[in-house]
Amino acid sequence: MSVSANSTGTPLLEVEKLKVEFDTRRGLVQGLRGVTLSIGRGETLGVVGESGSGKSVTAQAVMGLIDLPGRIASGDIRWKGRSLLGSDGERYARDIRGKEVAMVFQDPMTSLNPVLKIGTQIGEVLERHLGMTRAQARNRAEELLAAVGISAPGRRLDQYPHEFSGGMRQRVMIAMAIACEPELLIADEPTTALDVTIQAQILELLAELQQSLGLSVVLITHDLGVVAGLCHRVAVMYAGQIIETGLAEDVFERPAHPYTQGLLRSTPRLDEVSDRLVSIEGTPPNLVTPPEGCSFQQRCPLSGEACRKAPKLEHIRPDAEAACWRPSVPAWATPLMSPTFP
Amino acid sequence: MGGFLLRRIGQGLLVVIGVTVIVFIATRMVGDPVKVMLPLSATDAQRAAFAQQIGLDRPIATQFVDFVSDMARLDFGDSLWQRRPALDVVLERLPNTLKLIGAGLGLAILLSLPLGAIAALRPGGWVDRTTVFVGLFGLSLPQFWFGLLMIVFFAVTLGWLPTSGMGGARYYILPAITLALPSLARLVMLVRSSMIDELNQQYVRTARAKGLHFKRVVMVHAMRNTLVPFVTLAGWELISALAGYTVVVETVFAWPGLGLTAMQAIQKSDLFLLQAIVFTVAVLIVVINVGLDVIYKLIDPRIRLA
Repeated sequence: MSVSANSTGTPLLEVEKLKVEFDTRRGLVQGLRGVTLSIGRGETLGVVGESGSGKSVTAQAVMGLIDLPGRIASGDIRWKGRSLLGSDGERYARDIRGKEVAMVFQDPMTSLNPVLKIGTQIGEVLERHLGMTRAQARNRAEELLAAVGISAPGRRLDQYPHEFSGGMRQRVMIAMAIACEPELLIADEPTTALDVTIQAQILELLAELQQSLGLSVVLITHDLGVVAGLCHRVAVMYAGQIIETGLAEDVFERPAHPYTQGLLRSTPRLDEVSDRLVSIEGTPPNLVTPPEGCSFQQRCPLSGEACRKAPKLEHIRPDAEAACWRPSVPAWATPLMSPTFP
Repeated sequence: MGGFLLRRIGQGLLVVIGVTVIVFIATRMVGDPVKVMLPLSATDAQRAAFAQQIGLDRPIATQFVDFVSDMARLDFGDSLWQRRPALDVVLERLPNTLKLIGAGLGLAILLSLPLGAIAALRPGGWVDRTTVFVGLFGLSLPQFWFGLLMIVFFAVTLGWLPTSGMGGARYYILPAITLALPSLARLVMLVRSSMIDELNQQYVRTARAKGLHFKRVVMVHAMRNTLVPFVTLAGWELISALAGYTVVVETVFAWPGLGLTAMQAIQKSDLFLLQAIVFTVAVLIVVINVGLDVIYKLIDPRIRLA
């Protein structure tokens, strides 16, 4: 598939048929089973899916963070058309990671080094990639802290992570990520570990930075509300594959894949009264021995003979794709819920 | 920091006073020092004269007051064996022990950091397996026996190094290695396992995602965190060396330090000298502990000094 959106020319980041495996005691886990996606300049892509669907593994593969026992088995990752894999690619990757593409992690409490000053941790990126002196880096780090909304930045530079709250630490992480004015920011569940009130602030900050710096953003989350508010496009992942992709509002309005429908159906809404939470029956398949055919068939109300063969991601509308033999068929009766009160 | 130091020094003084009391009880009230110090052939008259000479004929309370005031003035009495003030003997021998500890523990610390780190980078690799093997070897081998083996091989058979005594740099090699081996083994195992832990931490992942050079990720980010447990163990090694290992090593190599002197004081039943040694070592341990607390604070900002 090519999910490149309204941009022209080479996309910033292309991931092609990426397979990642983890050699565990239980056997070879197929973490990613052929993921293809691309991001253009200034675009915001939301990647959603439940735990273990491969969202974070995709991000880690791009950032070169797949460690043993994991490995990239096949496929390609290209930055501005140039591969980041192989020995040449890795050399190239070392120079762009942290500079042109940066990442914000899920847990700000453990993602900063506890024994180094904040100023050092921001400054070292600038020294590494922009060749700044320590003094220059310090000045710039102060500006960055101010830019992410941290007050008294000059004093904060000499403090350590434990002197910051969770939300403030995530702001520091973001300051570190945008230090070299990257073109792409990968945010892996940036708000999951934060209080709800802080979550909104962090998302707002990301949206602001995206506007002011012209950043492309890959936002990995299991929170569909976050995607709806921030992303142009969305890719839904299930069992190590992308199973649906399209413009965010389209996917929310007319989910084509039964899994996407189920995911939306199980999101509690404030504007509808319901007496219980809905979930998708069953559990995701074991990725040591993934099922033949469609990976969702065991949980899908629509599954039939055809689903024994694996569906490919195919266009269902000009800018939307789904990997399903019966796309856009309502899988659950609507109104979806069990007894609602008048 | 200043308040902290004062408090710790105050606590240290309490410890030293405690040690003093215990030494007093151990030497005066458990057993008879006169019997211990004089030969079996001494007559009763000689014993009585000696007891009077060192003040043991007075009531125990008076003895205690005198003992404490002597300690406060750093007067430990004369060494019976050397016939001069016990503290002079201690201060003459102490530098030799400190030099030996400096060489031995310095060797252990300098080797354990890089070896442990390299082993941690490739768990299961050949450096790792060699390190773990040498570690187990060093932990299992009795120190005195290892020292004797070294003497037999390098000094007697090959004749490369002196068997014992103190002199130029060559005299340091065997005793320093003997002193270093078990400490090196413990330290290297700690660095290895701590580095393996640290390299799997989230902040290391962040550092790598920032595109930092591998060397910086390991040497600055992970190593800095490893230093916290490392300092704890290194401090413990230093204290153990002072209070125990040097006695063994100095005895094996006839190294004229405090440990050997302690052995000789015991053999010669020189109670006053022994008291001075115990007191000095206690003070040193208190000082080392305060120093360690300061180093902790420098390495790990999360530690509050209270």
